[in-house]
Amino acid sequence: MDIIVCIRRAPTTDARIKPGADGKTYDPAGVNFDISEYDKFAIEAGIALKEKHSGQVTIVSVGPSAATKELRTAIAMGCDAAHLLVSDAQHDSYALAQVLAGKIKELPHDIVLFGWASVDGQSASTGQMVAEMLGLPSVSVAVALEVVDGKASVDRVAAHGNRERYEINLPAVVTCTKGLNKPRSANMKGIMAAKKTAVPETPANAPADGVAVVKMDPPPPRAEGKIVGKGAEAVGALVKALREEAKVI
Amino acid sequence: MPNDVLVFVEFADGSPTKAGLQALGAGSKLATELGGQAIALVIGSATAELGKHGASRMLVAGGDAVASYSPDGFARIVSEQAAATGAAAVLASATPMGKDFMARAAAMSKCGLAADCTELKSEGGKPRAVRPVYAGKALQTVEAPGPLWATLRPNVFAEVSSDNAAAAETVAVSFGPGDLKAVVKEILAGVKGKLDVAEAEIVVSGGRGLKDPAGEGKQNWENLEKLAEQLGAATGASRAVVDAGWRPHGEQVGQTGKTVSPKLYVACGISGAIQHLAGMSGSKVIVAINKDENAPIFKVADFGIVGMVEDVVPALTAALKEAMGS
Repeated sequence: MDIIVCIRRAPTTDARIKPGADGKTYDPAGVNFDISEYDKFAIEAGIALKEKHSGQVTIVSVGPSAATKELRTAIAMGCDAAHLLVSDAQHDSYALAQVLAGKIKELPHDIVLFGWASVDGQSASTGQMVAEMLGLPSVSVAVALEVVDGKASVDRVAAHGNRERYEINLPAVVTCTKGLNKPRSANMKGIMAAKKTAVPETPANAPADGVAVVKMDPPPPRAEGKIVGKGAEAVGALVKALREEAKVI
Repeated sequence: MPNDVLVFVEFADGSPTKAGLQALGAGSKLATELGGQAIALVIGSATAELGKHGASRMLVAGGDAVASYSPDGFARIVSEQAAATGAAAVLASATPMGKDFMARAAAMSKCGLAADCTELKSEGGKPRAVRPVYAGKALQTVEAPGPLWATLRPNVFAEVSSDNAAAAETVAVSFGPGDLKAVVKEILAGVKGKLDVAEAEIVVSGGRGLKDPAGEGKQNWENLEKLAEQLGAATGASRAVVDAGWRPHGEQVGQTGKTVSPKLYVACGISGAIQHLAGMSGSKVIVAINKDENAPIFKVADFGIVGMVEDVVPALTAALKEAMGS
C-alpha cells in the first residue's frame, strides 16, 4: 500500500501565543514546535496499515526548512520517506490544500491521512479540501479505520456521541483523531534511520489564501473573578451569584 | 443576489437543530447589515417554518441522493446553491456535520473556509469573520476575496424571530445516489440523550482532583454526573483524566480536545493547564471548584469555591435543586 501522511509543524500546545509585529501572525519568539498533536494519530495509522498490508508511508508537509526536524521525527517513528514543501508563510487551509494536493498527485497513493485539525489554525478543513481537489472520497474525524480488499471501513465521530460508519473505495482521504490508536514513540533504530534519510526540500509556490487574515488580536481579558467562599458552606453564595449576578440559571 | 447570505440549516430527527437556528440567526443579522436577505438551505425531506427564525427564503433539496448524509453529496448541493444564489456569505454550524462537508463545499466553489467563527460583521459592505485560533489564545479577523464561507461555533450566536413567509422552494439535485463517493452506511448510536460537550449550553467538567473512577474517585464522578444532570449540562474532562482512561475521548476540553464556549462552565478538580484554559476561557461564565486556592483555574473563573470536590459538588447539586425548584 502506498500511504501518504500529511503533517504540520505547529507551536507546542503549552506555547503562549502573542500577536507579532505585523499584527496578523503570532510572534515566534520563545515558541517551541512539534508535530501537531492529531497528526501523530495519522502517522500511527499509516504505520499500522503498512505493518498489516506492507507498503510504504510517505510524509508530505508544508512549512519552513526547520520543519525537517518534525519530518525526521515521523521517519523515526516508522515512516519511510518525507517531502517538505518549503514556505515560511502561515497559509490558510485552502492554500495549504492546493500545495499538498499538487504534491500528492505526483506520488502513488492508496490512502492519504491527516490529523483531523491542527492545534494552531484549527480549521479542520485541509484534509477534506485535498480530497475535493483530488476527486477522492473523504471521511473526517476517524476513530476506527480498516482496509479490506481495496476499500476502507471508517467510523467517524458525529453529533451526540454517535458514530457514523462509512465504507469507501480507495484511494481516499481519512482524517484521524484521538481514540483511533496510541501513537508510538521513536526507538533508537528509527532515530538512526531518520538521521540517514534524506528529506528533499522543494519550494511550496503556494497560491493566495482563500481567506485572508486582516488582523490578529489577543482574546479580550476576562473580568477579575472572585472566590465566593470555602468548602460546602459556600454553595449558597455561589448559587445566589449564578442566579442574581450572572443570571445563567 | 450579491448581498444575500446562504445558510445551511442542520436538521436532526425532523427538526432544525439549535445550532442550525443559531446559524440562521447569525446569517439573518449579517444579511440585514449587507442589505440583503437570509436564504435557508435544508437538505432532506423535513421542513420547518424557518421564516419565523430569520429566513426570507427557504430552499429544500430532497430525494434519494441525500436520504443519508454524504460529505461530498451535501458539499455539492451547498456549492451549487451558493453559485445559484450568488450569496455574499455561505454559512453552516461548526458541528461534526458542518465541519466535515463545508470544507469540501468551499473547495468545490474555489473558496477558502473561515472555520468555527465566533463573530460575523459587515465591513465596508463585505462580510468579515472573527475566529479563535490556538484554541482561543488569539483571535483572527478574516475576509475573503469572493464570497465568505464560514462555519459558526454553536452557542455563540443568537436565534432570531421573524415573520417571513419563506415557503419551501424545491431545488433540483443534480446527481444520483450512485454518484456519491462517501455515504453513511450505518449510525452506531452513542449514549441516548447524551449532550455533546461542544454543543451544550452548560458544561460540567472533571479533572484529576476527582480521582480514579475505578477506585476512590467512584463517588466523585457519580456526583459530577448528578450535578450535570441537575443543570442539564454535558460532561467534560481534562486531558489528564482522558489520557488516564477515566473518561471518553469525546469529552476532552482544551487545545488538544474540544474548544467550547458554553454560557456556563463548571470546572471541578481541574487545576487549569494552559491548554485547558485555552479551550474553555471563551465560556460566558466560569465556575471553579478546587482545593488549591493558587490553582490557575481561579485566574479565569468568575466564581470560585476553594474546597474539596467530595464535599462541594454534592452540596452544590442539592443547593441548585432547591433553588431551581426541582
